[in-house]
Amino acid sequence: MSDLTKLTLKAALAGLKARDFSSVDITKAHIEAIEQARGLNAYVLETPDQALAMAAESDGRLARGEGGALEGAPLGIKDLFCTDGVRSTAASKILGNFVPAYESTVTSQLWRDGAVMLGKLNLDEFAMGSSNETSAFGPVINPWRRDGSDAALTPGGSSGGSAAATAADLCLAATATDTGGSIRQPAAFTGTVGIKPTYGRCSRWGIIAFASSLDQAGPIAKTVEDAAIMLRSMSGHDVKDSTSLPVEVPDFASYVGKSVKGLRIGVPKEYRVPGMPAEIEKLWADGIAWLKDAGCEVVEVSLPHTKYALPAYYIVAPAEASSNLARYDGMRYGLRAGGPSLTDVYEESRAQGFGEEVKRRILIGTYVLSAGYYDAYYLKAQKVRRRIADDFDQAWQTCDALLTPTAPSAAFALGEQSDDPIAMYLNDIFTVTTNLAGLPGLSLPAGRDAQGLPLGLQLIGRALDEGTLFSLAGALEKAAGFTAKADRWW
Amino acid sequence: MAIDAATVRKVARLARIREPEERLEPLAQELNTIISWIEQLEEVDTDGVEPMTSVVAVALPLRDDVVTEGGDTRRILSNAPKSADGFFIVPKVVE
Repeated sequence: MSDLTKLTLKAALAGLKARDFSSVDITKAHIEAIEQARGLNAYVLETPDQALAMAAESDGRLARGEGGALEGAPLGIKDLFCTDGVRSTAASKILGNFVPAYESTVTSQLWRDGAVMLGKLNLDEFAMGSSNETSAFGPVINPWRRDGSDAALTPGGSSGGSAAATAADLCLAATATDTGGSIRQPAAFTGTVGIKPTYGRCSRWGIIAFASSLDQAGPIAKTVEDAAIMLRSMSGHDVKDSTSLPVEVPDFASYVGKSVKGLRIGVPKEYRVPGMPAEIEKLWADGIAWLKDAGCEVVEVSLPHTKYALPAYYIVAPAEASSNLARYDGMRYGLRAGGPSLTDVYEESRAQGFGEEVKRRILIGTYVLSAGYYDAYYLKAQKVRRRIADDFDQAWQTCDALLTPTAPSAAFALGEQSDDPIAMYLNDIFTVTTNLAGLPGLSLPAGRDAQGLPLGLQLIGRALDEGTLFSLAGALEKAAGFTAKADRWW
Repeated sequence: MAIDAATVRKVARLARIREPEERLEPLAQELNTIISWIEQLEEVDTDGVEPMTSVVAVALPLRDDVVTEGGDTRRILSNAPKSADGFFIVPKVVE
């Protein structure tokens, strides 16, 4: 029975529809797998009773020949999505035992389509981090290990729980969010597929805010087609999010398997950064060769402002975070500490409730927004951001999508980069540009390094052109033939 | 622009985060490292560039200024650290 957890989302949906097994069967298999995998620390809250109740309802609908696009499929939910009546924490002590009285739009669409919730997944606190080490619940452990080593590796961040749970078959797929690379880098570190869609594709309503002009939800899944199936359910216009785009949601899965003949693929020369491991250079070259074999034309392009993307991001994101996180004041929900004066309560609640990285970013954000510095930092960053977006517009004159590595390294060991904030920030060097420009970016596993760890390739597309990314990713997935799974040690 | 302990104290106060005195100097050093790395942005020529304030090229939608959801005190108070008689209880604000 536990083999049911090994299925792809697509295969599971087909099996459920054909009544080969029930939603209760596949949900139970996942609940068991989760119980056995607590050492990974992927889930911060398991909801087995709710899962089985939802599964039983799905089975009823399936028996009547009804059911939505995800009917009966057990999923994991990043604990940044508010779930009605189920504790939602952003992996921060400041939210304490916050139990939302509402459901995020994205998750409500998953339940509308019949999905089953297995529980809430671990993440970096408020999604601020690239290794899951800032979580108040402790880090997630990557199911992957280096060959012949039992050192604990990071699954990446911030969606480390989503990536680890998907890689270890603890859910068929998971929701995630991406502000600077938080879907794509963990996907690359765990041999899974992740897509950050165009800004505005998925409603941000009910997702705990980090940096509102950059945050975007997306799925982490086992295959390109699974990611496409998930994204279709997650996407769509929502009047509750004023930046949500009033556009049709395509059947993304229909693009997987389409010919990519004649598409022009840009290879940005600025992404060849000094010190990039030879294995990643080689993987990139393999990706270029695979797309050429599939009939694509490969052109070199220039994105001259690439090196300024991370510094611009580390103004814009902390500035927006300092504003968004001002709401945690100990008055209406979450942790309240200190006293007796109002200011004491504010200062003490926030001192005790926020972790070190979150505090660091709030302080940076408050500094760059403070009187006298706004023009020098925030306004300057917004102008550089425009330059970065213009670079992409220029590139689209000569190509239809870009191919790059997802991350500058494979998964690293826990503790290895946590002493140096800037070294940690550099994890997002290839992913952060698309957040600044609002463009879709997809990561898929394409090879392994000499120590056996998965490596990812990233595709970047025009705004609202996720379809082309899914076609290209489908072609790369087929050519790469990446089927490896982490050896089970947990 | 170097950040010193006094600046950290001021910024922490603005952010309403209590930082103990002994943390101010280490924090100043950390923030300086990050801010001086950020300052490479000065190399970029941004003369005449419009700041990017919106990621998507659509006008913000307007709606009628009417209550769409509300009147549910119980749900709103359900996570309050302290509440009574349908109100949040907060520390004394006016002396």
